Amino acid sequence: MSVTASPPVPPESSQAPSRRLRLGPSLRAADIDMRLLGMLGALALIWVGFHFWSGGTFLTPRNLWNLSVQTATVAIMATGMVLIIVSRNIDLSVGSVLGAVGMAMAMLQREILPDWIGYDHWAMWIIALAAGLLLGAIIGGLHGFIIAYVGVPSFIVTLGGYLVWRGVAWWQASGQTIAPMDKTFQLLGGGSRGNIGGLWSWVVGGVACLAIVFMAVNGRRQRTKFGLRLRPLGMDVGLAALSCGVVLGAVGYLNLYYLPERVAAERGGGDIPFGLANPVLILIGVTLVMTFIATRLRFGRYVFAIGGNPEAAELGGIKTRWVIMKTFILMGILVAIAAAVQTARLNAAVSGLGQSAELYVIAAAVIGGTSFAGGVGTVSGAVLGALVMQSLQSGMVLVGVEAPIQDVAAGIVLVFAVALDTLVKRRPK
Amino acid sequence: MTMTTQANRGVPLVDMRDIRVAFGGVHAVDGVSVDLYPGEVVGLVGGNGAGKTTLIKTLSGAHKADAGEIYINGEKATIETPRDAKKYNIETIYQTLALAENIDAPSNMFLGREMLSRWKTLDNRAMEQAARQVMGRLNPQFQNLLTPVQSLSGGQRQSVAIARAVHFNARILIMDEPTAALGPAETAQVHDLINQLKAEGIGIFLISHDIHGVFDLADRISVMLQGKLVGTVNRREVTKDEVLAMIIIGKLPGTATQKELAELHE
Ligand SMILES: Nc1ncnc2c1ncn2[C@@H]1O[C@H](COP(=O)(O)OP(=O)(O)OP(=O)(O)O)[C@@H](O)[C@H]1O
Ligand SMILES: [Mg+2]
Repeated sequence: MSVTASPPVPPESSQAPSRRLRLGPSLRAADIDMRLLGMLGALALIWVGFHFWSGGTFLTPRNLWNLSVQTATVAIMATGMVLIIVSRNIDLSVGSVLGAVGMAMAMLQREILPDWIGYDHWAMWIIALAAGLLLGAIIGGLHGFIIAYVGVPSFIVTLGGYLVWRGVAWWQASGQTIAPMDKTFQLLGGGSRGNIGGLWSWVVGGVACLAIVFMAVNGRRQRTKFGLRLRPLGMDVGLAALSCGVVLGAVGYLNLYYLPERVAAERGGGDIPFGLANPVLILIGVTLVMTFIATRLRFGRYVFAIGGNPEAAELGGIKTRWVIMKTFILMGILVAIAAAVQTARLNAAVSGLGQSAELYVIAAAVIGGTSFAGGVGTVSGAVLGALVMQSLQSGMVLVGVEAPIQDVAAGIVLVFAVALDTLVKRRPK
Repeated sequence: MTMTTQANRGVPLVDMRDIRVAFGGVHAVDGVSVDLYPGEVVGLVGGNGAGKTTLIKTLSGAHKADAGEIYINGEKATIETPRDAKKYNIETIYQTLALAENIDAPSNMFLGREMLSRWKTLDNRAMEQAARQVMGRLNPQFQNLLTPVQSLSGGQRQSVAIARAVHFNARILIMDEPTAALGPAETAQVHDLINQLKAEGIGIFLISHDIHGVFDLADRISVMLQGKLVGTVNRREVTKDEVLAMIIIGKLPGTATQKELAELHE
């Protein structure tokens, strides 16, 4: 594998040949993934459509800022679901585990730890979060162990988990709502304090731009060094400029969402931007780490190899069972992160926390290009898939579509997206 | 005609004794003993379903034998997983090739034994360069190493499987139908390679349905029929017809009647 502009991802390269439509040589020369374009197109359609339908509220900075926060929990979990599905497994339990872990973290903060250290102790959020992550890892590890070492299909194990952990979420507080959360813990969920403000948002955007430019330059240098085909220089410059523009544009636009006057007054008054919310920063971090794991580490390579040919992986000497178990441990940790964000954002834990999240998470991964046949999928695709699903849902809430009809729409879109993808792939090359 | 006893050649590299494997009621391998010396090619032949693949899988760690012993360099070896086999420098080219379709050739070559950078990340560039080097020896026409294996031709895929076995400095090489998908030029290249490896002192088990190829390459030929070893013969001491008789009717050279031999050619 060579080093290309974007990190050389096995799944990407495996999709590339089949996914390219005959849209003229210019697009193909640009080496642009058609799926990516398709998803961006769908996203644009959804956004503009809802903007008009909602009478001009969807594309306001305020709504997009909320969308960014709402997307975070599903997207965080979707990055792990990619690895699960790539290795030919499934996890139906993530919504219930989110509920159980979220409730456990809430119970720690309200019922258990205060007896020892009192409310709003500085270490409260750290202990609660660490315990939540540990619990998530243990639950994931338990699922993974039964799947990999006992040999029960993941569909069954996590279907059982779906029921068990939902029950555990209820049982911990006998169905009561636990609120509020620790003051510092709340910051994990965004809100008027849980964000980094305008200036630091620009810094994040700037760093992202530098990274984009660095990857473009480095990619060209590597391709030249190894005598590989180069894209036209103008195209690379254009793509890098476009990406930077999108990043900075997004930051600038989100920065137009200002703190409410009352809160702003406490800080000297005037227009003070929220800036990127903490859940979004967590999501960015998770995406980077998971992409690194999936494409740069042996573990990621093994996950893809197992998905491509389990027997070959075994014959290659890979400890396939341990790799599978690790994917579920990782999934459990990501669910715990999502649970922390979710309970912090709601500032409460209810026994229905995370209900039907598993469907949105799986849908996000699949819309983002993860194949149930195994061996194919990308972390970044899943994040984009989550944004598509969440945009759809938030948009429908905004225009007042009733909940059952929201489900109808989400289901249709999921099947339609995958059907479209299947048809595109089936086209003769 | 001697049933080869190789007492004069010292300790065998591989000595498999009385190996048995059963699948349910089917005795796929039924008390087979074969051995292999350094710098030697042993052809393993037999009809479809004779048990050749199952036999060598017990040596490559892909399958556990129900009974029997394996000695490597005269010492009893326990081979239960592919990792165990690799510790003994046993490399295998599987009949099914054992490639992960969704990843590229270098990734497949190094699957399970990736080269890592200082930071413990995958060193894809080093692996690609190593892959190009080996491929230059095997199949120089094959250049597009970085596409997923599923979009390669059958011969290119076979080259990848061979390259994997060759790269890791095997002392014992198992080749299960290594040239089944190769064109004449590539087959010739693999034959050259086999002779080269043999000269380097590597022991090779070569499974093939191509009797002519086996006669060109092998020093000894072991014949299996319905899970049992018919016998092992010195290639120089037998004719192709005699080996065919062993494969088809299980008769050792000299024991088949003229009538039976004539029927082979019908
Ligand atoms: N995994 C398995 N489960 C059940 N039976 C098997 C299995 N593998 C092989 N067998 C049986 O064992 C016998 C020997 O098969 P094997 O693959 O070793 O034959 P072979 O000599 O390699 O044949 P070929 O020349 O067709 O490759 C066959 O009867 C086959 O059906
Ligand atoms: Mg076979």
